[in-house]
Amino acid sequence: MASHGIKDRVAIVGMGCTPFTEHWDKGLDDLTLEASNEAFASAGITKDDVDAYWLGTAQSGMSGITLSRALQLQNKPVTRVENYCATGSEALRQAAYAVASGAYDMAMAVGVEKVKDSGYQGLNAYPIPSDGTTRTLTAAGSFSMVAPAYASKYGVPMEQLKRTLGRIASKNHYNGARNPRAQFRREMSVDQICAMPNVAGDLSVFDCAGVADGGAAAIVVRAEDAHLYTDKPIYIKALSFIAGNGSGLVDPDYDYTWFPEIAACATEAYAQAGIEGDPTARIAMAEVHDCFTPTELVLMEDLGFSERGTAWSDIEAGRFDLGGELPVNPDGGLKSFGHPVGASGLRMMFEAWLQLRGEAPEDRTISSIEGDRNLALTHNLGGYPGEMVSFVSILGPTLG
Amino acid sequence: MRGIISHGAYLPYRRLDRSTIAAVAGTGGGKGSRTVASYDEDTTTLGVEAARRALADTAVSPRALWYSTVEPAYVDKTNATTIHAALRLPADVVAADFGGAVRSASAALRAALAGGPAALVVSSGIRTGLPGSADEATGGDAGAALLVGDDTDGPVLAELIGTGTATDEFLDRWRTPGDNRSKQWEEKFGEKQYLPLGVAAFTAALTDAGIDADRVDHLVVASSHARAAKGLIRKLGVDGSKVVDDLSATVGNPGAAQLALLLSATLEKATPGQVVAVIGLADGADAFVFRCTEAIADHVVHQPVADQLTAGAPLPYGKYLAWRGYLTPEPPRRPEPARPSASAAARSEDWKFAFVGSRDESTGAIHLPPARVSREGGAIDEMTPAPMADVAGTVVTYTIDKLVYSPSPPVVFAIVDFDGGGRAPVELTDLDPADAAIGTRVQMTFRRLYTADGIHNYFWKARPAGSSAPSTDDDAATAAKEA
Repeated sequence: MASHGIKDRVAIVGMGCTPFTEHWDKGLDDLTLEASNEAFASAGITKDDVDAYWLGTAQSGMSGITLSRALQLQNKPVTRVENYCATGSEALRQAAYAVASGAYDMAMAVGVEKVKDSGYQGLNAYPIPSDGTTRTLTAAGSFSMVAPAYASKYGVPMEQLKRTLGRIASKNHYNGARNPRAQFRREMSVDQICAMPNVAGDLSVFDCAGVADGGAAAIVVRAEDAHLYTDKPIYIKALSFIAGNGSGLVDPDYDYTWFPEIAACATEAYAQAGIEGDPTARIAMAEVHDCFTPTELVLMEDLGFSERGTAWSDIEAGRFDLGGELPVNPDGGLKSFGHPVGASGLRMMFEAWLQLRGEAPEDRTISSIEGDRNLALTHNLGGYPGEMVSFVSILGPTLG
Repeated sequence: MRGIISHGAYLPYRRLDRSTIAAVAGTGGGKGSRTVASYDEDTTTLGVEAARRALADTAVSPRALWYSTVEPAYVDKTNATTIHAALRLPADVVAADFGGAVRSASAALRAALAGGPAALVVSSGIRTGLPGSADEATGGDAGAALLVGDDTDGPVLAELIGTGTATDEFLDRWRTPGDNRSKQWEEKFGEKQYLPLGVAAFTAALTDAGIDADRVDHLVVASSHARAAKGLIRKLGVDGSKVVDDLSATVGNPGAAQLALLLSATLEKATPGQVVAVIGLADGADAFVFRCTEAIADHVVHQPVADQLTAGAPLPYGKYLAWRGYLTPEPPRRPEPARPSASAAARSEDWKFAFVGSRDESTGAIHLPPARVSREGGAIDEMTPAPMADVAGTVVTYTIDKLVYSPSPPVVFAIVDFDGGGRAPVELTDLDPADAAIGTRVQMTFRRLYTADGIHNYFWKARPAGSSAPSTDDDAATAAKEA
C-alpha cells in the first residue's frame, strides 16, 4: 500500500474567480454562475463539455443539486464535498483524481460560499446536535494560543512577535491592495495594525482573515489533452491531504508551536512532486492559509520554508514579501482577499494560475520564477490547532 | 445510633458588598457582604459542589439523595438526578427533590434522620429580590450537604438525640411560580406566629433528648424571618454565647441551604460530647438535637466554611444585576448556542455530568472525552473509566476570547494538563481575565454553561485551585492518589 500521487497526469485548463467581498446583492447561485462561467470561458468550453462536477461548500448548500440547479446541468454527476476550510481544495482534489482514474475526460471543481446572509460577523458553524460538551472557543481564540507558545519556546519577546504578526498582516494588505478581486484593498502599516485592540488573546481583528462571499472554479483534463484547451496549462504535481485525529487537543505533548498535520501533509506533497531537499529551491511562490497571522508564521516552518524558530526573522527580513525571495500570498491571502470558506482553496490556485501563466496584474507580478524554480504551492487548512485537516498542492507550468 | 456521618458546604467565589447597592438602586443595601453564585452556577450546581465536599471527607457512600431548593433549575424534571450523575452514584441509589419551600430542606433532613439507608441530604439556595430590596441585600447563595446514616454505615459524628416539630398554616412569605421575587406579610405578624411554634418544637426536642436547655453548647436558628429567629433565641433559655453566627454579615441567608450550612459550619468546630441544637423556622418549626461523638475529633473537613468565608472576590453590583437577570447587557453579536441533545447527553452521561474520561490500558494515555480507539497502537475498547473531576491540573496555555458567545463575556479558555496525565481544553471560571496565567493550578467545578430552549447545559469548567479551597496541596495529594 502506498500513496503515489498523480504528478503530471492532470492539468488545469480553465479557471475563474469572483471578487471576494460582502456581496449583499448576490446570492449563492449568482456567485456559482459567475465563477463557473469565467472558468468555462477561459477553457473555451460549455457546461455540457464537463463530464462530472464537484461542488465545495462548507455550509451554504447541501448536495450536488446546489450546483446542478444553479447551472441547470442536464444529467451530470455532481458531488458536494465539505472538509472544513479546505473544502475548495478538496473539490479540486476529487475532480483531478476522477480524471486521473480515466473515469472522465473533463471534470470541474467549483468552490463557493455565501457567508454574509447569517446576520452575524465572522464565520458561524452550523450546529450539529451534540451533548453540549464540545468547546465553544472561536477560531480566533483557538489560533491565538499559538503566539505566546511560539514566543516562549523560541525566546522571542512577545512585543517583537506582535510586530512580526503585524508585518504578516501588513504584507498581505500590501498585496491585496494590488488585487482588484480582493476584499480589502487598503495598505496597512505595522504600526496601524499593532494599535488595534485585542479581540482574542493577542490578536486584533486585523490579525484575522476577511470574511467575504465568493466563488472560484477550475476545469481539469488529462495532461495529454491540455493543449486542446489552452496554450498555458498548469500541471498538477501533488495533491496531499491529511485529516488529523484530533489528538493535539488531548495530547499533553502537543505544544501549540506547530501543526503536525501540516508538516506531514507537506512531506507527502514534496514526495508526490519529487521534490527533495530544500523545497524553496523549486517552489517560487506559495499561497498559504493565513486565517490568522500566527498561522502564517507557523506555516512557514511546517511547510519547510524556514527552519524551526526562524520564520519570524525571515518574515522580518522580507523574504516572503511580494518582491522577496519566496513571495507568500501575493494575492493578499485570506487576510486581504477574504475567506469564503468553500472558495478559498480554489482562489489560492487561481493566483498560482495567474502567476505561473504570467497573467497577474503588473504591480503584483512576482519575480521569483526562474528556470526550474517555477512551482507554486497552495496550502489550505481547516479546523484548529490540535484538530486540523490539511491540504497541500504543488502546481507547475511545465511537465517533468 | 443515627446521625450525621459527614457534612460539606459550598460558598460561591463572588461577594457583593452591600454598601454598593444604594448608589445604583437608590435604596437598599447595608453593611457587610453576601455571596453571589456565578452566572454559570444555579442551585443544582451549588448542590453538586456541596455534595462533592461532603463525600470527599468520608468513605461512606449514600444510598439515597434528597435535594431541596426554593429556586429549582427545573420543575417537572428532577434536579437531584443531575446531582446524582455528577457524583457518579449507582442507579440503585434513589434521588429525588424535596422542592418548593424553605421548609422542604428541614423536612428532607427529618426524613433522612428517621431511618433507612445512608442518605445524602443536599440543599442549595440562590436568593434574589428586586433591586434595592431587603431580600436582595440579606439573601445569600450557598449549597450544603449532610450525609445521614447509622453507625453501621460509618462513624457518626453527631448523633441525633431528639427532635421536635410544630406545623401551622399562616401567610408570612410567599411567591407564586414564575415570580422573580418573594413577598412578605407585615413582619410582626410572622414573628408573633413563629415564636410559640419555635418554642414548642425546641421544648419537644429537648424532652425527646432528655436534656435541659442549659446543656446546649451550640444553638443554630435558621429562618427567612430574621426578626423571628432573633426573638426566638431570646426565649429558649440558651446562653447568648452558645448562639451560632448566622453568617448574615458574610454570606447572607441562602434560603433552603441555611440550616444545613450553619450546621455544617458548627460541626467543623464542635468537639466530642457537645450538644448541637438546630431549629428551622419555616411554616412552622423543626428542631433537631445532636450530641457529638468521639469520631468528630478525627474527622477532617478539607474545605471548611471557615476557609471559604475568607476566600472569594468582590463583584460589582452591575454584574450582580446582570447575572441574576435584573439587567440585560448587550450580548456578543454571535449566534446563541444550540440546545444540547437529550439523547447525546444521555449517551455521554459519565463524561458530561461526572467528567469521566477513559484510560487507554494499552498505552496509559488518558482520553478526554472518553474514546474507544487508542490514539496509538490501534487497540479498540481497551479502555477503563478515568474519573477526572477530582484531579487537579495546571494551565499550559490560555486565551481570552472576546468574540465567542457567553452569558458573561469574555471567555477565558485554557489548555489544562491534569496531574498524573490527561489534557483537556476547558473554560476557566471564578477568576478575573487579567489574572489568567500559564502555570495556574486549577480544579474542576460543575457548572451550567448556558441555557437554550429551557435546557440547562451542564458541564465542567476549571477554576483556580484555592479560589474557595485553600487546601491545594491536599487536593493534589488526593488527585495523585486517585490517578
